[in-house]
Amino acid sequence: MNMIMESTSPNQLVALNMEGLDTPPLTLSQLAWRRFRRHRMAMFGAIVLALLFLYSFGGSLVLSESYANHTDTSLRIMSPSAEHLFGTDSVGRDILARTIYGGQISLLIGLTAVVIETFMGILIGALAGYYGGWIDSLLMRITEAMLNIPEIFLLIVMAKFFGGKIPEIEFIGRTFSGSVIVIVVIIGITSWMYLARIVRAQFLSLKENEFVLAAHATGTSNVQIIFLHILPNSMAPIVVSATLGVANAILAEAYISFLGLGVQPPTATWGNMLDGATNYLESAPWLWFFPGLLILLTVLSINFLGDGLRDALDPRSRAI
Amino acid sequence: MMTTKPVLLEVSDLRTRFHTPEGTIFAVNGISFRLYEGETVAIVGESGCGKSVSMMSLLKLIPVPPGEIYSGNVKYRGKDILQKPEEEMEQIRGREIGMVFQDPMTSLNPVLTIGRQLTEPLRTHLGMERDMANRRAIELLQMVGISDPERHLQDYPHQFSGGMRQRVMIAMALACAPSLLIADEPTTALDVTIQAQIVELITKMRDMLKMAIIWITHDLGVVAGMADRVIVMYAGYIVEEAAVDDLYDNPSHPYTIALLEALPRVDRRRDSRLKSIAGSPPNLLVEPHGCPFAPRCEFVIERCRVENPALENIAQGHSITCWVDVKTGKPR
Amino acid sequence: MIRYIVNRILQGIPLLFIISIILFVLMMNMGDPIATMGGRSITRSSDRVRLTRQLGLDQPVYVQYLYWLIGNDWAKIDLDGDGIEESNGTRRGILRGDFGTSLVNRGKPVTKVIGERLPNTLLLMVASEIIIILGSLLVGIYSALRQYSILDHTITALSFIGYSMPIFFIALLSMYLFAILFKRWGLPYLPTVGMFDPQVGKTTAQVLWHMVLPVFSISIISFAAYSRYIRSTMLEVMSQDYIRTAKSKGLPRREVVYVHALKNASLPIVTVVGLDLPLLLGGAVVTERIFAWPGMGRLFLDHVSRLDMPVVMGILLLIAVAVIFFQIVTDIVYAWLDPRIRYD
Repeated sequence: MNMIMESTSPNQLVALNMEGLDTPPLTLSQLAWRRFRRHRMAMFGAIVLALLFLYSFGGSLVLSESYANHTDTSLRIMSPSAEHLFGTDSVGRDILARTIYGGQISLLIGLTAVVIETFMGILIGALAGYYGGWIDSLLMRITEAMLNIPEIFLLIVMAKFFGGKIPEIEFIGRTFSGSVIVIVVIIGITSWMYLARIVRAQFLSLKENEFVLAAHATGTSNVQIIFLHILPNSMAPIVVSATLGVANAILAEAYISFLGLGVQPPTATWGNMLDGATNYLESAPWLWFFPGLLILLTVLSINFLGDGLRDALDPRSRAI
Repeated sequence: MMTTKPVLLEVSDLRTRFHTPEGTIFAVNGISFRLYEGETVAIVGESGCGKSVSMMSLLKLIPVPPGEIYSGNVKYRGKDILQKPEEEMEQIRGREIGMVFQDPMTSLNPVLTIGRQLTEPLRTHLGMERDMANRRAIELLQMVGISDPERHLQDYPHQFSGGMRQRVMIAMALACAPSLLIADEPTTALDVTIQAQIVELITKMRDMLKMAIIWITHDLGVVAGMADRVIVMYAGYIVEEAAVDDLYDNPSHPYTIALLEALPRVDRRRDSRLKSIAGSPPNLLVEPHGCPFAPRCEFVIERCRVENPALENIAQGHSITCWVDVKTGKPR
Repeated sequence: MIRYIVNRILQGIPLLFIISIILFVLMMNMGDPIATMGGRSITRSSDRVRLTRQLGLDQPVYVQYLYWLIGNDWAKIDLDGDGIEESNGTRRGILRGDFGTSLVNRGKPVTKVIGERLPNTLLLMVASEIIIILGSLLVGIYSALRQYSILDHTITALSFIGYSMPIFFIALLSMYLFAILFKRWGLPYLPTVGMFDPQVGKTTAQVLWHMVLPVFSISIISFAAYSRYIRSTMLEVMSQDYIRTAKSKGLPRREVVYVHALKNASLPIVTVVGLDLPLLLGGAVVTERIFAWPGMGRLFLDHVSRLDMPVVMGILLLIAVAVIFFQIVTDIVYAWLDPRIRYD
């Protein structure tokens, strides 16, 4: 669960003569797309990520959910075979199918948690950066306080408490245990701090710009200035942060589910498939290997993607 | 100053390029010149013309990759230094050839003391012990006009003003009494009043140490004051080379003429417009074809676009690369 | 400089208060201490009322917070639960070191419960941090100096993989490889459970041997991330003007890199290392569970699942204090290293 980001350094001497180009000027997004395309790792990451989504969501068209949940103790703990490509688990369920449906949850949790944390991060960061003064002090103190408590501890405590409180829900044709909502919310409310700091820094520097002064002068309201003027200009670090935040959220869910406090069975996630697999460390490595590998591939491709996005959108950034 | 003095530096057909994701940048495209002992040569040209890169190439200070010195040789006192291994280059840098850079704010290491940075060349090249090096450093600081030098040895660069930092840079470059000082726009980043002081300081040092100087600048005024000869560069080529008086009296390359025309002058009418050079600087990503100045040249003829002229002598000590005689407008 | 240190410490205090409030609010909303205290379910409402009064749970929130903070031995509380406050309390409050007693280990002071496990976690933390710093410095500098080489690209790829791995996956993989497969292949293999082999006893060798896999698992992620970070910091520093000046003075390469460059690069590195503690602690929780290491992380998990709030709060506060303290130390070290701040 790392939020450490960095960039490679541009070579000064190469900055020599770029102004002299006699080609038609490119728009910002065209330029960004070009840089992104050149970033082979990022393209690789994007492709693998697309494949993973295809696997999880397309896979459900091939193998039904009831098949994934079908237990047959006579088939328990079978090593990978032609019929069960990833083997079977301790109650005889096909692991491949479970990773497909588990993947849906893990990925969905990643995405929705990021929506929450981005929303909160932007709100708090914008308010703190724009208004400054005591609002800024207060919000930043709270942000710092929350940053000082390791995420996983907060997650454990909150998951423990809110765990059983929410009933099952129906979504995209499946029934989820209420713990999914809980996990999404608590990941969201423990991860907004990084983005809040970034957004605040953006607002602090942008609010002195002339276009903001002009907007004030023409009587634009503060809310409009924040959301229609300054925010669109700070999208680059927000996009990068949100992308990398998905990886963080997927990892967070995996950690907490692994500890048994996250999404509760029978709803599968890649994380909770690993819980209990520790008992079969030696005898049935396929129980933990495949879900673990899928988590790794997902997080890795998101990291590649995020790295490429950062180089494309904001080549000089180095945020921590 | 006529040349019975020995040749200190001889550059032949030096070419440097950079390999970048956008393409190859042809920064230096075959420059050749000689420098005699004790001589001061100014290299002028606009930003991006290759003046700094040439000098960095001389000392093999170009990062490789993405840079590449792919042709030519540089003879210092008769020996080709481009062929030398890095350890031998390290002995030449700072000892035989010193460099002063443009921005004193960023050119000094912020986390090391002035004393440390000053004594480094002394200990490395001259093998001085620490105490002796410190004493010498104090002398050097005095020489460049910094008062109370003993106290300043413990100070850090951020505690100095820009002018003082540049003086320290000069002291550092001259610490081992090199035979050649390369000054890359040493005054550009300074206030006008300080500029004059620094020029004066370097001139004084030169006379004291009998050094040769290569002074890179885009300021023709500075050139007039202290150079013996001038080299004009454009797009990685040398386009004109002459003794300083000759250059001002008799500029013969269209670019030089344009440069001089663009200078604001006291003796022109107040309401006449400043003359600028039409067009934009060349795209160094494209391998040069024909004369690089052709798109902007007043005197251009067909041949210019097709064939790149070579450096040719037009008078004693005066050469240009041009197909046209600017006095008549006709091919030479 | 002294002023800066004092300033930083003063800034930390309100932060700690805010954290304590956040944690207190969290604690108030977790679980039902009455049920836990009672052991068996308490059906009689009069019993509930009595217990509520005895535990001081009928007081307004800010009073409870106050008692928690500075104790209640100076105030009159209702010890026998009859509705009348008659005696002084026995708690001294967390500011005076009284974290209460564990609900799970009946009557045992929280400080003792934590104190037994703390050194074990510290052992892992310190060992991990040393390995991370030394390792990533080596790898980071090495790959920065050999930019664009195949080795550099390989290291970059490995680093990406390293910090994309969930820690339990690393732990399980390393266990499978170094303990199980090695054993199968007849190679010397590493232990995977606990701090020492009970048949051999708690010797230094045993502990060290048992530490290898947990420390490895905790370190990999940060090691990978920092190698990349140090690499890019070094690259950026090496492209600075003052490095060009140093080279032009003819200084030997070793001096340029290890004195001129590294001294500048170490500044951002110090900052980042200081921020690492929360992540390492998080990693410890999972790792201790997998390897059955008797540390604070495992303690936390055990006591959270049994809603032993005093112990949980104690651990959380301890962590918060440690993190803030570590950050202050980092800031001070940074200020001391950077002459621009030190001499101002």
